[in-house]
Amino acid sequence: MADHECECANGADRVDLTPLAAMLAEFASDSGALIPVLQRAQGIYGYLPREVLDEIAEQRRTPFSHVYGVATFYAQFHLQPRGATVVRVCDGTACHVAGGTEVARAIVDELGVAVGETAADGSFTVEAVACVGCCVVAPVVLVGEQVHGQITPTAGRGLAKRLRREARS
Amino acid sequence: MSTPVPARTCEVRVCAGPGCVAKGSLEIAERFDAAVSAGALQDRVRVVRTGCHGLCSQGPLVVVGDDGVFYPVVDARAAGCVVESILGGCEPVEELLFRETPDSAPIARYADIPFNAGQLRIVLRNCGVIDPEDLDDAMAAGDYEALRAVLASSTPEQVIETVRASGLRGRGGAGFLTGLKWRLARDAEGDLKYMICNADEGDPGAFMDRAVLEGDPHAVLEGMAIAAYAIGATRGYVYVRAEYPLAVRRLTKAITDAEARGLLGADIMGTGFTFRVEIREGAGAFVCGEETALIASIEGDRGMPRPRPPFPTTSGLWGRPTCINNVETLANIAWIITHGAKAYFDIGSGMSAGTKVFSLTGRVRYGGLVEVPMGLTVGNLVEGIGGGSSSERPIKAAQIGGPAGGCLPVRLFETPIEFEALSAVGAGVGSGGLVVVDDSTCMVEFARYFLAFTQDESCGKCAPCRIGTKRMLEMVTRITEGEGVPGDIEELERLGRLVKSTSLCALGGTAPNLMLSTIRYFRDEYEEHVNEKRCRAHACAALSTYVVVPERCTGCGACRKACPSGAISGAVKGVHVIDPAICTRCGICQSTCRFDAITKA
Repeated sequence: MADHECECANGADRVDLTPLAAMLAEFASDSGALIPVLQRAQGIYGYLPREVLDEIAEQRRTPFSHVYGVATFYAQFHLQPRGATVVRVCDGTACHVAGGTEVARAIVDELGVAVGETAADGSFTVEAVACVGCCVVAPVVLVGEQVHGQITPTAGRGLAKRLRREARS
Repeated sequence: MSTPVPARTCEVRVCAGPGCVAKGSLEIAERFDAAVSAGALQDRVRVVRTGCHGLCSQGPLVVVGDDGVFYPVVDARAAGCVVESILGGCEPVEELLFRETPDSAPIARYADIPFNAGQLRIVLRNCGVIDPEDLDDAMAAGDYEALRAVLASSTPEQVIETVRASGLRGRGGAGFLTGLKWRLARDAEGDLKYMICNADEGDPGAFMDRAVLEGDPHAVLEGMAIAAYAIGATRGYVYVRAEYPLAVRRLTKAITDAEARGLLGADIMGTGFTFRVEIREGAGAFVCGEETALIASIEGDRGMPRPRPPFPTTSGLWGRPTCINNVETLANIAWIITHGAKAYFDIGSGMSAGTKVFSLTGRVRYGGLVEVPMGLTVGNLVEGIGGGSSSERPIKAAQIGGPAGGCLPVRLFETPIEFEALSAVGAGVGSGGLVVVDDSTCMVEFARYFLAFTQDESCGKCAPCRIGTKRMLEMVTRITEGEGVPGDIEELERLGRLVKSTSLCALGGTAPNLMLSTIRYFRDEYEEHVNEKRCRAHACAALSTYVVVPERCTGCGACRKACPSGAISGAVKGVHVIDPAICTRCGICQSTCRFDAITKA
């Protein structure tokens, strides 16, 4: 075999598409179900790898450009793998006026991961979100689904330190 | 199905709304559960996890018994005391009751606290009262009674006439007459019609719809079913924001339970009327709150609006007549049917009938979810119900109506909460977000914040919104960075008017509103930024510096070590100093300081 063969064909990193089949069959007759299909696919893989988008386009007999267009339109879909822990800093109006920007800055500084980015070692993803509906305990930070309310910049730094410690152990 | 509740049971209603859960109310509920099972009190005490009670800022909230004895900020110890009091005959535990100030007299009943004076709960009638996951509880509180009455004895025409006569207007922001929308959908030709509930609550600083969906999901489903009957729809969707997983879960359960009981689905209550509801989760796009974008999203496309007409009532989902109503609008319907159009119309004022739910947040003492009759003034809401400023600083403005709304200065707090009155002063009822800000908020920076939001959420289909929001954001950002030039403010006004009048949908059509209202009422702040390069609120980083408060500084040196620019100097145990010439305003020192000794100036 030629030694310049494409790496991705070696199978090591190839995405296993078998879990998709049953789900795609479930929605096969529903032509409007692309968004639920992408949501379920992301639930399976944690993000939407290129191979998964290709498979969805092929099985649903819709152009790849359509699938890609929808997947990139909505904020909820991720085309890159996400960190083991997702830290979401709320930047809703109430959080903003309560100093959410400073909280975000402290967390970003402590974790060393910019907003919208994932750490190189895959430990953290930091995101800014526009309102999670917990405005009375603003400013708010979510770690996974866990809400941390009334977070000052100093408390944000402490939270980030703790998360880093937990990620190491 | 749960067992019937004996009459003498004392209910402990623990708030499981988002604010209280964030403050640990679920652990408190478990405490109550444990105390009840430890004492084998299951037939005397019933612990209910309810939706939002309203006064989120005092959470976790617990309300006990038929009298509604209210305990704010309940912790584990307080939970124990409350259980003991229930065993001793439900006497209120005086030391745990709500007090306005530590010295004032305690107020025992939830209904009597100042926060609730002036409120009128129609939409929120069952929120905080029932267990939202228990259909029996919801039905005992009256859910599905109106649907039963409508199916038994009203024609669709009569239902539409009742809703029209009630004066109910859409609560999602536009304020279109609900009865008229139903009329249009009913009259539209089509063998299949759709009824959609718009639960894509995307305004930052707003959680009204979330509270209703999580606190009384059956009220929304009942409203949908009545609407479907009136317009002749057989299929329905609830388009709900993905950021609200609990609302999705509760709705899913509510639909399953209602179908199993014959309250939704085929042949509802044996009347031959069929209405099936499905949930579609949004995927994170603010623009999908717009009707035509929402439809595109359900059809599996990018959520981009299209020109209207044709309106969805004529040609909507899959080209069929489609009626789209907001969560709060639908939660009003059953009450209107039960109490009559006149009773609803008589609440509120003029063209704005009924009540409006607000999420009252920001720098206000008693924040949370409130429902008031239309016609109350903004000041009544902020000062009366909200109890005024939560900080020592004076209130400066109320941001009302989300990104589509505006900022109302304190001198206009006498403005009544009515669609027309609020539009006239450059704000709007909007969906009901009300964020109170004090003088630590810079109005230019606040405008920048909202423009950044709308620019980010602009779908990009039409040029005025795509390019206009970008240009406005760039200009306002420049002003906050001290780079504004004379003429910028006038150019912003011109551009704002242009984007408003030429955008395809309401997102672009309202995107400049907040900026325009801040220019209208806080023009002096814009002028200070442009001409004097000064930010009076010290909120704009480039126009302010970080300083050490000498009295608080312990000389620990943490800030000096953390500063990436080496701008901080000071001896060990001596007061430190920040050199503004070197400081890059990154704010790292402030978050490092454990003594709150670094502030902006």
